[in-house]
Amino acid sequence: MSAEPDDARPVTVAGRLSTYLRGGGIITPLITVLFAFFIGGLVVLATGGNPFETYKAIFDGTGFNWFFPWISEEDRIIAELNLQQTLLVTTPLILTGLAVAFAFRCGLFNIGGQGQYLVGTYLAVWAGSSFESMPALLHVVVTIIAACLGGAAWGAIAGLLKATAGAHEVISTIMLNWIAVWTGAFLFGLGGPLQSDTNTSVPVSNDIVEGAKLPVFWGDPLLQGLHVGLFIALAALLVFWVLLNRTRTGFEVRAVGFNPEAARAAGISVGRNYVLVMAVCGLFAGLAGSLDVLGWQFRVATNDIAISELGFLGIAVALLGRNTATGVLFSALFFGALVTGTSVRNLDPAVFEPALAVNLTGIIQGLVVLLVSADILVVYVWRLRSKLRRGAAPPAGVPV
Amino acid sequence: MPGDAPALELRGITKRFGSLVANDAIDFELRRGEIHALLGENGAGKSTLMNVLYGLHQPDGGEIMLGGEPVRIDAPRRAIALGIGMVHQHFMLVPVMTVAENLVLGTEPRQPSGLLDFKTAAARTRELSEQYGLAVRAEAKVEDLGVGAQQRVEILRALFRGAKVLVLDEPTAVLTAQEAQDLFRVLRALTEDGTSIVFISHKLNEVLDIADRVTVLRRGKKIDTVPTEGATERSLATLMVGRDVLLQVDKPEHTPGEPVLELRDLRVIDDRGLPAVRGVNLQVRAGEIVGLAGVDANGQSELIEAITGLRTPESGAVVVDGRDVTGRGPREMIDAGVGHIAEDRHRRGLVLEFDLAENIGLHEYRRPGVSRWGWLSPKTLADRARGLLREYDVRGGEVDTLASSLSGGNQQKCVVAREISANPKVLIAAQPTRGLDVGAIEFVHRRLVEERDKGRAILLVSLELEEIRSLSDRALVIYEGEIVADLDPSASEEDFGVAMTGGGRGQVAA
Repeated sequence: MSAEPDDARPVTVAGRLSTYLRGGGIITPLITVLFAFFIGGLVVLATGGNPFETYKAIFDGTGFNWFFPWISEEDRIIAELNLQQTLLVTTPLILTGLAVAFAFRCGLFNIGGQGQYLVGTYLAVWAGSSFESMPALLHVVVTIIAACLGGAAWGAIAGLLKATAGAHEVISTIMLNWIAVWTGAFLFGLGGPLQSDTNTSVPVSNDIVEGAKLPVFWGDPLLQGLHVGLFIALAALLVFWVLLNRTRTGFEVRAVGFNPEAARAAGISVGRNYVLVMAVCGLFAGLAGSLDVLGWQFRVATNDIAISELGFLGIAVALLGRNTATGVLFSALFFGALVTGTSVRNLDPAVFEPALAVNLTGIIQGLVVLLVSADILVVYVWRLRSKLRRGAAPPAGVPV
Repeated sequence: MPGDAPALELRGITKRFGSLVANDAIDFELRRGEIHALLGENGAGKSTLMNVLYGLHQPDGGEIMLGGEPVRIDAPRRAIALGIGMVHQHFMLVPVMTVAENLVLGTEPRQPSGLLDFKTAAARTRELSEQYGLAVRAEAKVEDLGVGAQQRVEILRALFRGAKVLVLDEPTAVLTAQEAQDLFRVLRALTEDGTSIVFISHKLNEVLDIADRVTVLRRGKKIDTVPTEGATERSLATLMVGRDVLLQVDKPEHTPGEPVLELRDLRVIDDRGLPAVRGVNLQVRAGEIVGLAGVDANGQSELIEAITGLRTPESGAVVVDGRDVTGRGPREMIDAGVGHIAEDRHRRGLVLEFDLAENIGLHEYRRPGVSRWGWLSPKTLADRARGLLREYDVRGGEVDTLASSLSGGNQQKCVVAREISANPKVLIAAQPTRGLDVGAIEFVHRRLVEERDKGRAILLVSLELEEIRSLSDRALVIYEGEIVADLDPSASEEDFGVAMTGGGRGQVAA
């Protein structure tokens, strides 16, 4: 029987972090982004560039200037292409962001978005390149479902391990990521079971059937236009919100996320919710994989697997977006724009060295994730200050 | 022999946590070379007092004097530097390291090259072991040692760091009778060397055995300090449970009905693997309040957990309304009609980040009337909660207020509202008025009696003897996992006190 007094809820660092991870709010994300850009600007300055020009060039690269009515017709054409690119990247980021956000709301740390995403791409490319005679709509639906189920299963493994053996999901999901990566290398490598039948000298999969491709609604399909997957991703945001706030399951997930002991005492099965949540997260990430494959990639090469990082970016997206639906949306948009705006293709080499541009993205991404803990840093420094003030005069003759 | 100048003095120590006064102007004096017992229940404030001494808390008032000089202790590091050592109930040793390594942790001796000097560490360990008569093997891994040996290592570590004042927190809780005697021998030897010892306990027979003086705390206040010579278990028990402001409850006569809750030879193991409930038989009938009195940590928590499904009993049966529900999970217990007002409302009773509607709906959310096809509307929860908030006079918030913003009393009213409105067959009320103000206490008490009059079976488990005596129709006393007494609530406090502290049986935990 504990004697913990009523109002003694200490402001510990860990306590603040857990509240932070499950909360919303817009001020801190905003400050985080601004601060990250500020430090990024210092980096640009240090490498001999002009931060303002660089940031303007990045901005133009994102295509957001398409919304400005005053730009020239010539610029508008380029901006349109850029904006399509940005939204193309935003689409999977929304989903991998949700894959992490949903887990956080249940008190789980899903680092496995990358593996779950990859498993989704494998199943999507397999289903998409098989069943050649299936009618288009059915084919797309079947492929997406296959990818979702694959991602869900991949996530559920970690959930099950936590529920039964208490295995920490950070460890198990990271391990599962690697299993997914190397499975893909095997599947699509030279001589692998899913390697291309037509292109036998390259470690790549079969192309998906023409009928399984997602229709493009903006831009030229031959120039990687924007596909309808964006709407599916937006719908997923809605599903996320509804699931969490308007269903019995969401109630349980939130209860477990805030206080697993009280949830258990109230008759909620904590283990079952862990499995369910990790499965749903895997489903989101797997869905992202299928939309990329069916939307613009159309095939999977071992090279793609190696350089893919959308799953990991999802973690930054969720952290910045504070695990809410609106937050994830804007955060995904932000990161999608950042990735596109600094890509070698879009950034004017006269303004900023293209080879450095990609690293600038990495720096800003990293700063954002680092500064997510800014909230806690502030608390820590504040307490440090008051401690220093109090301890100013130690008692005489006492060794410290 | 106790010297003249006090080794340690606490003057007027006050510590508040929000509105709760854990220590209220407590004076405590420890003479050089004495063994001074600190007696009281959890919630009495002795843990807090020692945490203040050890630098884990900062007092809101009062001062600490060491050897006559006032000192500021703002961290355990400072306490250790000042010669205060603490041996906690839960050992703070690194299991995979050896005894010698654990001993020097934080103050490792180094070779001239900068590498750690394990030889010196082992030699120092052997030195100290001989000097104080505490038998330990320097090379043994802590995880291979028995509990008694581990405790010796903890003590040795405190001495290694130069402790002249040693605080032991419930040291015999994990020892066998023989090991406890060995410990007492060691403690007496230490005092002959000039070490002063504070011995925290609630076991009266041990206190009388080992201590020179006893200070009794109750509800944050110091009641008295008496020499153990001439004191008896009875006299100490009276000090410990004492006479409080009696909260009179109007309790009309009521005839109880059939048994609703039955425990048959229930045995439950605790987290440490030790038997916490050792063959309990009890019955609670409809329309009856059965009070379970006892000092903290005598098996009450494990008993409640077994009844509410949070812990599987080792053997025995839990029968609710004729149905055997032994070992079922919390969900099934709730469905079987077991209501639970948890003793720790922050940990088990409420989800503080949820609003009141969600907290009140914590069981009901899954019932067909509230959620259909998996759909759960906040409005439904809110509508349900609104009426209950009014009925139970919950102040400080509306249905959409977060539970964390409410005061303890109002939080508890929410828990009570939820549990009673679920219409349980038997209600387990564990420490239902802990940390509440007088008004809230009165409300909860009145409500419990009303429910009893409606025919509900209520098991009231409380550390407050007054509460047991004023509310119960029958009062049981639990000691070391067994029901040792079935008293009429109007029995004297002394009778209760003696039963609650072992009734002169003089047994140590086995």
